Amino acid sequence: MKLKKNIPLIDQHDKFGFWGGKFGGSFIPETLKKPVEDLTTKFEKLRKNKKFIKERDHYFKNYIGSPTSFIKLKNLSNHLGGAQIWAKVVSEANGGAHKIYNATVHALICKAMGKKYIIGDTGAGYAGKMLSMAAKKFGLKCKIFMGAKDIKRQKPNCDAMKRNGAEIVPVYSGSQTLVDAVSECMRYWVSNCDNTHMCVGSTVGPNIFVKICGWSTAQISRELKSQLKKEFKKIPEKIKLINCVGGGSSAYGFWSEFIDYSKKQIELIGVEAGGSKKSKLHAAPLSRNAKIGILHGAASYVCQNDEGQIEETQSISAGLDYPGVSPIHCFLKDIKRARYTYATDEDALNAYKMIKKFEKINPSLEPSHAFAEAIRIAPKLNKDTVVIVNSCGDAEKDRDILKARLGNY
Amino acid sequence: MNNSLITQSFQKAQKENRPALLTYIVAGDNTKKKSLEILKSISDYADICEVGFPHNTPIADGGQIQTSAYRALKNGIKINDVFSIVKKFKKIKKNTPIILMGYYNMIYQYTENKFISKCKKSKVDGLIVVDLPYPENKIFAAKCKMNKINFIQLISPTTSKSRLKRIVGDSHDMIYYISMLSTTGGKLKVSPKKIIKEYQKIKNLSKSKNIVIGFGITEKTIKSLRKADGLVVGSAICKEITKSIKKRQNVVTNVTNVVKILKNKIK
Repeated sequence: MKLKKNIPLIDQHDKFGFWGGKFGGSFIPETLKKPVEDLTTKFEKLRKNKKFIKERDHYFKNYIGSPTSFIKLKNLSNHLGGAQIWAKVVSEANGGAHKIYNATVHALICKAMGKKYIIGDTGAGYAGKMLSMAAKKFGLKCKIFMGAKDIKRQKPNCDAMKRNGAEIVPVYSGSQTLVDAVSECMRYWVSNCDNTHMCVGSTVGPNIFVKICGWSTAQISRELKSQLKKEFKKIPEKIKLINCVGGGSSAYGFWSEFIDYSKKQIELIGVEAGGSKKSKLHAAPLSRNAKIGILHGAASYVCQNDEGQIEETQSISAGLDYPGVSPIHCFLKDIKRARYTYATDEDALNAYKMIKKFEKINPSLEPSHAFAEAIRIAPKLNKDTVVIVNSCGDAEKDRDILKARLGNY
Repeated sequence: MNNSLITQSFQKAQKENRPALLTYIVAGDNTKKKSLEILKSISDYADICEVGFPHNTPIADGGQIQTSAYRALKNGIKINDVFSIVKKFKKIKKNTPIILMGYYNMIYQYTENKFISKCKKSKVDGLIVVDLPYPENKIFAAKCKMNKINFIQLISPTTSKSRLKRIVGDSHDMIYYISMLSTTGGKLKVSPKKIIKEYQKIKNLSKSKNIVIGFGITEKTIKSLRKADGLVVGSAICKEITKSIKKRQNVVTNVTNVVKILKNKIK
């Protein structure tokens, strides 16, 4: 297993769709073979089509609000001592999170394929909210599948989806969270694939969905690269890119331009959800050494029991509460290009408190996991080291949880 | 595998001038003991019995089968229990073919070779793996064949012509045609006439293969599809199990009655 240079990682898979020969693939029912093949052909055509790229860039700039800003967290850096801490404030994107990139691209593809209906899954509600926004923008009918438990804990995003005219389909099976929402969404697609386009909300699922999502979020690292050059005159000698990892879409987007650099110059650090300190239901398949399994059409490290039943996970952040992870991250872990660790619910809450105390940004619970790691390692590093955290979501959606756990925030 | 039990069952039905009846239940629904009893009882009427090994993240099953699967898992069914149910069943009904059906992760965790050898020991006749499509299933299917286990390929209304030819060419004794775009147990949204027409296209490619139709088949619709080599009923049976448990009635008797009615409709 080896990384190839100058080829986007999303394209470094074999003919069956596996990265490193074992992660990814397309484990799908026969009915979905054709729609997945059609989507694959269409996407490969579109990404080579100059007009389509122009259209994408137009919406990225004028609709999403690209580029999002890149700022130094001076107060936090001074307080901690050690490395300088920076943030890529992706939460400035229209809708408040990176999920808008994937949603916009899927809506454009759906339109190009002549389909009028679009469906998607959501955990934290961001993927759903963004897909409902994009659907509204491009005149598509939208259904969002969401676990009943998540509907309760992410109300602000549900309200937004309804305002955008999307139908929220509550999922009551299993653990009633993201994992079941994805299953239900795929089941719906099996029954309606003739007129409906499916958007998978992260770099997970059958191979093509990993690719489309990664291709969309890669915009984040393209922006960061030019922002780094502008700010430092060149790419600094020591960088650490810290990102939370649930499915792994924002992390891939944040890293994609930098994967070719040496680990010594640019370290990639993924932070998974460790759940509550007292709980054992960690949503951390990479950092807690889960076994490879097949979930939602792809092989990846999966939290599961010996029999292959998928295990329930638990995290304060609905967006990271997922038992699987992108095959791309499994590959990056195995070739040791990226390092994966986890932060607990308590770590994330403490990080959030500290960020709020020192800085003007308002990271949601997902990037708060990444900030927890930055806060942990920064004091041990020297001031030439540039630690950059992808602040990929806004905490507005977490206001109820934050109020309950921290009082007035 | 010309002499397989599966082929023999189709031949027998053909002699009686009717399609073979295939039933589906989930192993361990609602208990290990009960599902064995159901299996024994319905096999008086069913020609081939499909037995599901339940998975808790089924991406192609509708509500009825999901309910059965969750119920079985809640009652503690393990993959080895599934094999032991089959083994016990085969001791009594050695001529009724058993087809195991499930999702690939369960096989992957058990490891392919161990799974196949356990199938052989328990006298499993065939395998359906919902999320291991062609051509990804080629190697596994070949391993099955070498061990005289039928790997059953699925074909759906979305399967393209060229793909269809390749799948049929690589298939074993039996092919499963999915009647419509749906998860299991959906309402039949395509006319039986149209389904039979599609079925005939597959049949014309290879007269020697036994082709069954499944998905959305109930007491109401089964007769209209009797031209097929075989017909699979799953969700309607799982639904009866759920209903009987709810009403605190005898599950075995009720389910057997449903299968008896199904059989009478196609005689």
